[in-house]
Amino acid sequence: MEALTSILFHGLAYAMILYIVSVGLSVTMGLMGFVNLAHGVFAMAGGYVTVILMNRYAVPFALALAIAFVALALLSVILERTLYARLYGASELDQVLFTIGLIFMSVAIVRYLWGPLPQPVHLPHALSGQLDFGFRTFPTYRSFLIAAGFILIALLWLGIERTRFGAQLRAAVDNRRMAESIGIDTRRLFSLAFALGSGLAALGGGLGADILAIYPGYATEYLVYFLMVVAIGGLGSLRGPFIAALLLGFGDTACKYLVPELGAFFVFAAMIVLLLWRPAGLFGRA
Amino acid sequence: MSPVDASIRGHRLRAIELLPWLIAIGGYFGFGDYLTLGSQILIMILFALSLDLVLGYAGIVTLGHSAFFGAGAYAAGIYAAYVTGEPLSGLLIAALTAALIGWISGFVILRTQGLALLMLTLAVTALLAEAANKASFITGGADGLQGVDIDPIFGVFRFDLFGRTAYLYCLAVLFLTWLFARRLVHSSFGRSLVGIRENAARMHAIGSPVRRRLLTVYTISAALAGIAGALLAQTTQFVGLTVLGFQRSGEILIMLVFGGIGRLYGAFVGASLYMIAQDQLAKMDPEFWYFWIGLLLVLLVMFARGGILGLIDRLLGR
Amino acid sequence: MTPALETIGLHKRFGALTVANDIHFRLEAGARHALIGPNGAGKTTFVNLITGRLPPSAGRILLGGEDITALPQAARVRRGLGRTFQINTLFRGLSVLENVCLAVSERAGIGGDMLWRFGARRAALEYGYALLERLRIADDAARLVKELPYGKQRLVEIAIALGLQPSVLLLDEPAAGVPAAESAIILDVIERLPSDIAVLIIEHDMELVFRFARRITVLVQGSVLIEGTPAEIAADARVREVYLGEGHHA
Repeated sequence: MEALTSILFHGLAYAMILYIVSVGLSVTMGLMGFVNLAHGVFAMAGGYVTVILMNRYAVPFALALAIAFVALALLSVILERTLYARLYGASELDQVLFTIGLIFMSVAIVRYLWGPLPQPVHLPHALSGQLDFGFRTFPTYRSFLIAAGFILIALLWLGIERTRFGAQLRAAVDNRRMAESIGIDTRRLFSLAFALGSGLAALGGGLGADILAIYPGYATEYLVYFLMVVAIGGLGSLRGPFIAALLLGFGDTACKYLVPELGAFFVFAAMIVLLLWRPAGLFGRA
Repeated sequence: MSPVDASIRGHRLRAIELLPWLIAIGGYFGFGDYLTLGSQILIMILFALSLDLVLGYAGIVTLGHSAFFGAGAYAAGIYAAYVTGEPLSGLLIAALTAALIGWISGFVILRTQGLALLMLTLAVTALLAEAANKASFITGGADGLQGVDIDPIFGVFRFDLFGRTAYLYCLAVLFLTWLFARRLVHSSFGRSLVGIRENAARMHAIGSPVRRRLLTVYTISAALAGIAGALLAQTTQFVGLTVLGFQRSGEILIMLVFGGIGRLYGAFVGASLYMIAQDQLAKMDPEFWYFWIGLLLVLLVMFARGGILGLIDRLLGR
Repeated sequence: MTPALETIGLHKRFGALTVANDIHFRLEAGARHALIGPNGAGKTTFVNLITGRLPPSAGRILLGGEDITALPQAARVRRGLGRTFQINTLFRGLSVLENVCLAVSERAGIGGDMLWRFGARRAALEYGYALLERLRIADDAARLVKELPYGKQRLVEIAIALGLQPSVLLLDEPAAGVPAAESAIILDVIERLPSDIAVLIIEHDMELVFRFARRITVLVQGSVLIEGTPAEIAADARVREVYLGEGHHA
């Protein structure tokens, strides 16, 4: 029983981080059909910015996260306008090659600036330690992650449902040509969505530094997880990747806990089966 | 010359196709201390060649080709460490292992396309990497597989410290596999792969068994990649986890793309230049090697899509 | 005599929408048969059902007496069913000769050959070239398809289908959108097709239809309205109404 609640708890925290990082990728891939393998770079960069600001410049946790969000959102707009935009009509191979090139470049930069070792994570004092829930205790930070995750997700979903921007985004994802023909500027919409998604990824990287270690291999090692969440959830969907993140989060945590000799092996196998059953994703369009 | 004759002529061996072999043989006598690097280059050429069959000719975009390279490496390594150090049977075991994994994964994933297919190829190599990591009792895990002792080839040619035997061994294997690949590419089968890449719908409409052809080339390519991996294991007498995973797949993709995909010789040009450049430049500035490679890749996609051979074609006005 | 192609109660439904309504159709050996009808009548759908691109909701399809309803596309082609597409579906990056040769190789059964058999490959190339000569585009044999004007691409479309040496040939609006020079060649080619091939042509050009066809089937909203000789069709009041009615609403 103890093991089950641990798995559920830690799995949920892990799922939150996976979702926050990956949701942007789902939207931008659904909107522009662009295979952006470099999405993990924004998460990695967000993690680095957050952790470096906190460690070396004694910036408070919340402020560091905010700076990471804004900085990476801005950077993504610059990259999108100058580089990405030229490749929207390009072949899948070209998009893959381009984004791999970005990954290699950013990994080299990060390694040069901050070395090959994982960055030490010093959780803010208020969020460290254990929290007593009555029936048992859980790490405070993970509890915070789950709570913060729910709030972020609620804000995101409300924003997409209730705002004009959200409505336009949903329309454009559903049928871009129709959306354009009724006057929606999909290019500007995409830039904004790209910025939001990258900013969220950065936020996820910073928040999740405790779970997904911040080191130069971040963008390549965790890439397959982010892609799995999006592919299984379905491109362009908001809820699909959430379900996928939950499956992946719970599944991976459960396996590592119960059958550590297999590690992530089972989760990969399960994900392969899921993708074969539903190649367009659980909530994607065929 | 009639178009028919021109087409037949295009399949015949041209003098320039012997150039790489002349260079390679000359290298044996001239490379001196660099024979080990030479072997590495030959291995990467074979690996890139296998990828070209699948990517350049059949048009399957995959990030998981390291799965077959790694499978072959571990198969050969484990075979040598636990069964016998005989190298040629080791190559065979590696090829069969990789082919089997290629056939099973291909059977299962080639029915998808686009992002789902790309994802699945990545998942397969990640899955094998995790398996190799966890099964450390047999693979050596993160420390790598040691004790890969290789016997002399045919009982006569011992692997020497200078890498001479290794070089000729790799050269011979590459030559034979190149003969096979060249024949394959110029055959009707090879032409049908190009047809599938250009317009799969039409291939269905002319009665071509598309899925079967793709599965066949995927399996063959996996076997060749496995042989390359086996050569690496046998010549370096070590197998580490880096033979699998995204990084390895990405790197061989880059080598091939730099040379030019779908041209058979892009693998030769791309792998050679990449490995030589890496050897020279990474010594000076190891961290920034990947930066420049990334930058070159971005520039290539923007401006020089056919790779080096493509650039040469354009310069020659073709 | 066994018809070259026959459909029995062929039916296709997308939810509440019926696009092919219990179609009974016979194509005799050596037929010159036209399928006409207003836009959206389901003519291309009918062809897609026959070739296997679309699975039927009900009914059977017989090719030379053999039931092919359950067979995949490629298998039907290997049994002698060839088609052209309404929209050019070509190998644009390859040469004209290569385009045709792919079809010829598949038909000859050497499409999967991994070994280089000089004789077989040369034979396939020469057969393909001969086809191009018959279609009068042999001069463009070495050119890439994407460099050709639309009319010539349409000829390549037909050449590929002919390369399959079909016993039944389905032509989906072969001359649509083609300038006069090439459409004359297309008509000529169609008229001179070997008499043992059964040909079904979908067309809107009535002049072409009445010149070429010995039998005509009129399809309206997925159902066969009438079938008969050109004279019978021309005289039929319902057909006039369907076409004239269209004219009135235009």
